[in-house]
Amino acid sequence: MGEEKPVIELLGVEKSFGSQKVLRGIDLQVAAGTTTVIVGASGQGKSVILKHMLGLVRPDRGQVMVLGHDLARVSGRELKRIRTSFGVLFQNSALFDSLTVFENVALPLRERTRATQAEVRDKVMEKLTFMDLQGAEKKYPAQISGGMQKRVGLARALVMNPKVVFFDEPTTGLDVKKSNEIYRLFHKTQAQFHYTAVIVSHDVPKIFKLADQVALLADGVIHGCMTPVEFQLSPKPLIKAFVEETMGPIYSSEGEEATIE
Amino acid sequence: MEPLLRLLEKFGRDTLYHLTQVGRMGIFLSHCLAQAVRPPYKIYPVISQIHFIGARSFFVIVFTGTFTGMVLALQGYYTLRQFGSESLLGSAVALSLVRELGPVVAALMVIGRAGSAICAEIGIMRNSEQIDALECMAIDPYKYLIVPKILAGIIAMPLLTFLFDMVGILGGYLVGVVLLKVSSGIYFQSMYDSVVWQDVHMGVIKSLVFGLLIVWISAAKGYYLHLDRSGGFGAVGVSRQTTSAVVLASVTVLVWDYLITSIMM
Repeated sequence: MGEEKPVIELLGVEKSFGSQKVLRGIDLQVAAGTTTVIVGASGQGKSVILKHMLGLVRPDRGQVMVLGHDLARVSGRELKRIRTSFGVLFQNSALFDSLTVFENVALPLRERTRATQAEVRDKVMEKLTFMDLQGAEKKYPAQISGGMQKRVGLARALVMNPKVVFFDEPTTGLDVKKSNEIYRLFHKTQAQFHYTAVIVSHDVPKIFKLADQVALLADGVIHGCMTPVEFQLSPKPLIKAFVEETMGPIYSSEGEEATIE
Repeated sequence: MEPLLRLLEKFGRDTLYHLTQVGRMGIFLSHCLAQAVRPPYKIYPVISQIHFIGARSFFVIVFTGTFTGMVLALQGYYTLRQFGSESLLGSAVALSLVRELGPVVAALMVIGRAGSAICAEIGIMRNSEQIDALECMAIDPYKYLIVPKILAGIIAMPLLTFLFDMVGILGGYLVGVVLLKVSSGIYFQSMYDSVVWQDVHMGVIKSLVFGLLIVWISAAKGYYLHLDRSGGFGAVGVSRQTTSAVVLASVTVLVWDYLITSIMM
């Protein structure tokens, strides 16, 4: 992780909804320019962690430090300013049904900047071309496929050149081919725009190929935050059980079950 | 003893829930008003919403206004005839429309046509994370989504009420003058003699308040869909909130109608 200050740092984050305690003390660090993948079974609170990082949910206890600010304590105006550095790809893309593909991608530029029509057009078309979406700009979200909707969502997330991009289950509902396409675009865009990425996913093991570090969320706590290789070979019972459930046992070249301490 | 305690507990829980709802609605409106006066000011979204709330309610207002005026004239004629006062028909129709029925019935029509649509639209946006997406893009959802609707409601409602009054008076003319043979001059002269500026003023004030109330309640119900205690998500949640918005807005309009009338009379 180096000595650089982390872009995102969660310290002892706890959150309950009614009587249900979802997060029981989350500690997590995300370094600049890296990709952190949060995995875990459904209903464990992965998206809740993401919502804390986005400032959509405030923790009951603990700190959510993003770009040097504690999101639980900043004012509404300050939070809005911090969010100008965010890009988000939502699970269902969250495109605006009444806007065309072009208008969806142009929305942050039109609402947050004083860019001229020509500048907006240039920037939007650049991102749409990057996502292989030329020709779809006049279509409405309901008129394009799920894979295309994800690409439009990604184009919209990146149009303001954010420092941090959050992905909530980016391949949910997509077939293998379209999932691979999203992963290819993720590689391509991160190489080009150098953003820090946080991905919440259950698409194991594919998602490991993208990750610099993998964190397992179970029972409201992060169990280990390590490189994908370390994660797959970890002897920790919870991680080992998760890896075996999702990938099957990992064997060494000698045919024995492999672990690293 | 235990059933009584349970009843008390339920009463306390319900009271707290409804107080929270009222507080939430108040916060919602204060956010909207604060964002309404904060630049930048964009005209096109307001015009677009005036078209949706106002222009697209044109035919429903014309129909309901015409038939309201017609039935007022019919009822009024037979009642007034018992006292030999058919000459006051124009006055009865115009005063009923301008003071009461115009603002109230127009508001109820707008609730059914536009208020329900506003609630469902915002509710679906909440369900599909579009409102979260706006927040994450650092775009204020109140400013972008709600303020144009509120301004449009305040602008469109008096215009729709004016339209309702006009077609209502013409409907009354159709029945009173054309069918029941009341003199045309007497119909309009009695109207001219009895309707004073204060009546028009009351109608305008009511329609402005109703315009605000309709959009405020409808939009807030959709916006807080996810916080509804009966489990807000899904199509059922949207339909439940829409029904609730229509009922609450209708009742609120009638309550405020009484309050404004009692203050201004």
